[in-house]
Amino acid sequence: MEEFKFIGKSVKRLDEKEKVTGAAKYVDDIDFGPNLLYAEIIESPHSHALIKSIDTSKAEKMEGVVKVVTGKDFPYKFGLYMKDRYIFAQDRVRFVGEQVAAVIARDPRTAQKAAKLVKVEYEPLQPVFDPIEALKEDAVIIHPDLGNYPHVPWFFPKGGTNITHRLKLRKGNADKGFKDADFILKDTYRVPRYAHCCLETHIAVGLLDYSGRLTIWASTQSPYTQRNLFADALAPLGFSHKDIRVIAPYVGGGFGGKAGVTMEIVAAALATTVKGHPVKVMWRRDQEFYNTYMRQQVVTNIKVGVKKDGTITAFEMANYWDAGPYAEYGANVVNASGLSATGPYRIPNVTIDSYCIYTNLPAAGPYRGFGYSEMSFSVESHMTRIANAIGMDQAEFRRKNGIKEGDSVAYGAPMNPNGLLEAIDKVADEIEWGKKEESKDPNKAIGKGLSIFWKAPAMPPNVTTSAFIKFNEDGSLNILVSGMELGQGYLTVMAQVAAEILTVPIEKIRVELPDTDRNPYHWQTVASHVTWASGNAVKRASLEMRDKMFEVVHAAYHYDKDSLYLEDEKVKCKLHSSFELPLRDFVINGIETKDGTYRGGAIVGSGSFMPEYTSAKQNPETSQGGHPNVHYTVGAGAVKIEVDKQTGKIRVLKAVEAVDAGKAINPRNVEHQIIGGLLQGLATVLYEDMRFDENGKILNPNFTDYKIPTFLDIPDEIVPIIVEVPQPDGPFGARGIAEHTMIPAAPIIANAVEDAIGIRVKTMPVTAEKIAMAVADNKKEVDDFLMIMKK
Amino acid sequence: MKKISFILNGEKRSTYVEPNNLLVDVLREKLGMHSIKYACGRGDCGACTVLLNGKGVRSCIILAIEADGQEILTVEGLSKDKLTSLQESFIDHGSFQCGFCAPGMIMSATELLEKNPNPTEEEVKEGLSGNLCRCTGYTPIIKAVLDVEKRDVDKK
Repeated sequence: MEEFKFIGKSVKRLDEKEKVTGAAKYVDDIDFGPNLLYAEIIESPHSHALIKSIDTSKAEKMEGVVKVVTGKDFPYKFGLYMKDRYIFAQDRVRFVGEQVAAVIARDPRTAQKAAKLVKVEYEPLQPVFDPIEALKEDAVIIHPDLGNYPHVPWFFPKGGTNITHRLKLRKGNADKGFKDADFILKDTYRVPRYAHCCLETHIAVGLLDYSGRLTIWASTQSPYTQRNLFADALAPLGFSHKDIRVIAPYVGGGFGGKAGVTMEIVAAALATTVKGHPVKVMWRRDQEFYNTYMRQQVVTNIKVGVKKDGTITAFEMANYWDAGPYAEYGANVVNASGLSATGPYRIPNVTIDSYCIYTNLPAAGPYRGFGYSEMSFSVESHMTRIANAIGMDQAEFRRKNGIKEGDSVAYGAPMNPNGLLEAIDKVADEIEWGKKEESKDPNKAIGKGLSIFWKAPAMPPNVTTSAFIKFNEDGSLNILVSGMELGQGYLTVMAQVAAEILTVPIEKIRVELPDTDRNPYHWQTVASHVTWASGNAVKRASLEMRDKMFEVVHAAYHYDKDSLYLEDEKVKCKLHSSFELPLRDFVINGIETKDGTYRGGAIVGSGSFMPEYTSAKQNPETSQGGHPNVHYTVGAGAVKIEVDKQTGKIRVLKAVEAVDAGKAINPRNVEHQIIGGLLQGLATVLYEDMRFDENGKILNPNFTDYKIPTFLDIPDEIVPIIVEVPQPDGPFGARGIAEHTMIPAAPIIANAVEDAIGIRVKTMPVTAEKIAMAVADNKKEVDDFLMIMKK
Repeated sequence: MKKISFILNGEKRSTYVEPNNLLVDVLREKLGMHSIKYACGRGDCGACTVLLNGKGVRSCIILAIEADGQEILTVEGLSKDKLTSLQESFIDHGSFQCGFCAPGMIMSATELLEKNPNPTEEEVKEGLSGNLCRCTGYTPIIKAVLDVEKRDVDKK
């Protein structure tokens, strides 16, 4: 095994000192000076209505108000994968909270007061909140013009309906597969909406300076994608890419919620109306819930056939996703999960239909797991029930059917090297799988649950990333990349990659946060792909620098380049053991030769990376023939819980998760992703519970009523486990793991509840209330689902 | 506008405030204490925690005027010379991810250790339960706080 000095070491985080001293600057910590203006948004009170008129005259007259802006000022569409939304509502609104107009004022209070003076007249329309209802023949059509919306070629919207994308996947012959089965189980599962709940709400500040340059400071996962979408949406105003600059300082949490563009475009647009004045748009906590993205609701019908020996013969599934009224990003979640909804199983006959459906709930889109977290609940609940029904141990069932390297995935491409079986074995050992345990309290029962998972980065086939690296006079390094430090440890890992090649210690490396004027291109920090992709770019840039250094040494000393190597910040030579040249002695000012002239010059490196084997050109009727995913990361989770037989209250005694990192560049960071991601997932199944009123207005957009975990809610014990089966094209074998850690959480709880007290809950969340009601009613299966309150 | 004076991180400071100004806004906007984070606006999350006379308060639900004549401590005050052993422990344990909760968390943990230098794990959980963190799963924070107690004992 190769010996590494920096890779595979749990070095301290690069950003930790800034974060523990309060020095770390987030957007709202930047001083924008006395010219700063504040925007307040006028929001729709209706979930579906026509806008008849907007009267801004009273607000405009108020002292301190600089401008009032409405949809008339910006009749431009935008969207990442499909252009289906406007900067401000045009002729109609489609959810409660949609931005209709904005007041820009000298101070926030004036902006708020003036916003109340803007009078909007609406004509309410019939709304639709349920994705199944929205598919009916007589359903109200939310986007009458859907058929004309521009979109990526792998989306299939159906004009005249509420279907914004339908993904069809057909592999083998499902009918035949079910004929070959000895046992078939069919059921419906339901997963509601969830909120990311980043501690920092969305914020963006826009400034159009007097020279005509537009700068946006944003709390974002996607500085370059934002610049691209701003340039695209604001092109009618004469902007090109070079005129727009996005600066992305530290981000207070993302989890997918700050991917792409949502409210940031409002700040960009408003800035163009008040030249010379920065204008701040910052969401309050309630706005953060309803006007960014939520996680999509999904209804899943699933049917799986197996032989007596446990072999899966057929898999059939229909997924009905509620994307809200704007599916420009959510449709890609549907696409990604629809290609991989089988989970990590080897199945010869597969039929999957995924529908992305418009509704009048707030816009929904990416959230940690990107469709896989949502889908895992139904698939892994169902697989457990099937194993139990045929009398096979669940872990054994998963070992038998778990996908292996070279097996064909549902869209026909071969599976990459992976440690799925090792992950199953390790979590099973750790949770003492198969060992029945009794609670000391006769009113309580102990149960265990298990699940497996996979996830691929969901990316367009030609996603690319790049890196610049430069030396300083003392031999220290600045790395310029445009991935975001969301907290996952990106900066640290990039430094480790460069350190390994250039032998420069971590303490002498800075990794700079994105500024599109300065740092090179990176698509966006989503899909858990930055360790893999950006790591490859940094590795290439480092290798380029190494080669340049050898070139300079060769020019000055005439040593054969192949005999040179780097060690401890020095260039050394295999053939001249006494030769060692510290990097700091020449990486800026070169090497002096005998005649007093110099060789070399400042050493800089650049590297870029794009996978050149991916393709989205699959048959639209079957999804066969393309290679949409670069690779999958796999893993397994298990849990031991104690359930109160009367109250249904669940205590998580132990949670275990193993993930195949390929190569854990920073093992502690990987473990910390597991611990954090698993808790975020456990919260979605145990107590996070979003409610809307009968008009589609969210009822609990705050941390009092929408419960995210506190210190008191964590499992008694969490055991993170790292598996390492190298990814052939990953930097040092690494692949991404961050989103994945959330995926197994929901089904392990549902499976453990059934193991403990024999009640199968088929809807999330699996609350104490649902269990207690089932106990009281003597029910073995729970279908109850409540997200929209009735009158 | 009313003039208020207080000790902020060991220095005597004065400023003019409206009676309805929140402490968080005055500390951030007028006195440059940007470590304090505004995240929920209703005292739910603890990101804006500062110590008022040594007691942790939510600066988003306190009027600035109430701080008149009091003593305020923020993370800037802890970081002036060298880091506290609590801050060092957070670094050693990699306790934060996005870091947005960190300043509030550190102030709450500082208060906890001030009152109870040898907390049990349960006491740490209870003492910090008013501070939300969405990234870490809390475990690395608990470890860091418990380790402060351990290393201070080692020093003695």
